Amino acid sequence: MTKKQKIMGIRLMISAVFFALAMAAEGRVFWYWILFIISYLAAGYDIPLRAVRNIRNGQFFDENFLMSVATFGAIGIGALEEAVGVMLFYQIGELFNDYAVNRSRKSITDLMDINPEYANLLRDGAEEKVDPYEVAVDDIIVVKPGEKVPLDGVVVKGSSSLDTKALTGESMPVEIKENDPVISGSINLNGVLEVRVTRLFDDSTVAKILELVENASSRKARAENFITRFARIYTPVVVILAFLLAVIPPLFTGDWGTWIYRACSFLVVSCPCALVISVPLSFFGGLGAASGQGILLKGSNYLEAMANLDTVVFDKTGTLTTGKFCVTSVDPLEGTKEDLLELAAYGEFHSNHPIAHSVKEAYGKILDQSMVGAAEELAGFGVKTTVYTQNKERELYIGNARLMEKQGILVNAVDSSEGTTLYIADNNTYLGCVTISDTIREDVPKALKGLRAAGVKKIVMLTGDKPEVGKLVGEKLGLDEVHGGLLPGDKVGKVEELLAKKQKGAALAFVGDGINDAPVLARADVGIAMGQIGSDAAVEAADVVIMTDELTKLVDTILIARKTVGIVKQNIIFAISVKVLILILSAAGIATMWAAVFGDVGVSVIAILNAVRALRYQNGNEKTH
Amino acid sequence: MKKIVKLEGLCCANCAAKIEEEVKKLNGVENASLSFMTQRLTMEVLEEKVDEIMEAAKKTAYKIEPEAEFKILR
Repeated sequence: MTKKQKIMGIRLMISAVFFALAMAAEGRVFWYWILFIISYLAAGYDIPLRAVRNIRNGQFFDENFLMSVATFGAIGIGALEEAVGVMLFYQIGELFNDYAVNRSRKSITDLMDINPEYANLLRDGAEEKVDPYEVAVDDIIVVKPGEKVPLDGVVVKGSSSLDTKALTGESMPVEIKENDPVISGSINLNGVLEVRVTRLFDDSTVAKILELVENASSRKARAENFITRFARIYTPVVVILAFLLAVIPPLFTGDWGTWIYRACSFLVVSCPCALVISVPLSFFGGLGAASGQGILLKGSNYLEAMANLDTVVFDKTGTLTTGKFCVTSVDPLEGTKEDLLELAAYGEFHSNHPIAHSVKEAYGKILDQSMVGAAEELAGFGVKTTVYTQNKERELYIGNARLMEKQGILVNAVDSSEGTTLYIADNNTYLGCVTISDTIREDVPKALKGLRAAGVKKIVMLTGDKPEVGKLVGEKLGLDEVHGGLLPGDKVGKVEELLAKKQKGAALAFVGDGINDAPVLARADVGIAMGQIGSDAAVEAADVVIMTDELTKLVDTILIARKTVGIVKQNIIFAISVKVLILILSAAGIATMWAAVFGDVGVSVIAILNAVRALRYQNGNEKTH
Repeated sequence: MKKIVKLEGLCCANCAAKIEEEVKKLNGVENASLSFMTQRLTMEVLEEKVDEIMEAAKKTAYKIEPEAEFKILR
């Protein structure tokens, strides 16, 4: 609690005590009204003062004015008890609002507590604590255990594990060693690291993320704009109705007291703040819950769009597939797969081709150079290498089908849509083949299932790859549409076609890795960049940045968005309907001023408690463990 | 040019909406958004009028919510 809140708390306690005393004294002693007045002043002496000040500033109809008029009116007609009660409860409600809003602000600041206060700059062998802003590119900084990495860089000395939870929502620490990149905002857990800085603080990940998060709620959701517009009309209308209610019926009945009492109830219910506060509070909670999962949204409007997702368009390479080439099948003519892979790995020993790397990686064991003899690159065909392994000297030819032809071997060309096939022969004896292809990412099936379950109707893949390759991936994953052979410009065209086809009012999201797809990210209703922590292009072009490369986070985003939007709707409907109901009942004389207090304070407290729920989100993946 | 102001102590959501509305109407302000939760007023303003606009925005904010302190962040 802040100091201001504590003082308010004490004032309200004093007020409540005197209120109770006054109630007890009423009818027993003639001066009981003094107790009521003390209670009133303790709770709200500043409200009429503020009302006067604001009217001087040209601000009519603010809540101070409304509360002052309502309570003075009630006092005027002798409803002392109600007048004090209204003020007391109004202030309790305000205090609660204040507290809830501060709590919520703080919990999100804590969640995003990634801003480093200092950097240990290494200068002439001595460490110096400096502001991260002062560190230049290529400076060496020291990061000790427990400290935040202040700037993006590369480890030059030491190894450690880093906690990136605040950045990615991922609780598993990341192991790092020399030459590994480190991202600002992560926390060094154990070893001492020396890091060569690669980016100025302003360009560092941490600065980008803070900028994004802090500006997030400046892009407002439709519901937010609706409620502020509603409040702008609602308050004056209710005030005018209150005035009419106070003046017109008594002209005929002459019963001024009753109608002024009802008008005062109107004024109490007319306060707009309770209505307005819960909507941004819910969205803020939703944005906070998302960033706790490593999902950054650039505005509440994107929560609204994600809650209503109809079509999801994926980029293939780097998003649905890893973009890394892996050995996906090994077909020896005879013998074991392991043996064939070993031969292939030794055969490719001297080659630096990416395909050679994936073969060596697939073999996985350390290669002994003494087993490899002369090697020759056969441009356009493959390689020829002498290998002494498996107790035999071999003249290995590894390459494409044409190379086999040259060696007098006839092979059935394997369907090339899978990827690239390497054929292996010992001189002119065929040994088998190895296929290397782009692999589908592990979590894709789970993520797609989750998207379908969350109500996404159409899942589309766009790729610059050959249409056959795209089709194969599409079939494997059960996608609704696949468009291959696209240039980056064509992707925008395709997304526009899909935008035209989607259901009215629903949204289309494009998911890419943020590299080369900025125009498409911008064109979609929601542009989502995956796993591009630290990539400027992605952070700038996308509307949603998912810090890890887990596709299942898309499902989390939808669930958080749904929950938030649901809460917002509940709050709007609940608040407006209760208020209208109480207005009607008060006009008819059925509801008392106490009901009106509930219509103001009660509604706002309930709406806020509901809004706070948006901040809490249990990760669907964690729950199933 | 983009200007960011923090309205520290802003505690009334309706006032926030009113301030946003008024600041948007200021001459030379192309766009403005005030987030009640982050208390940040983000404005897109004409560069040549920036001082004048900031003064006017400050006045507007104090007029509607005298309790919030107007701090220019950037």
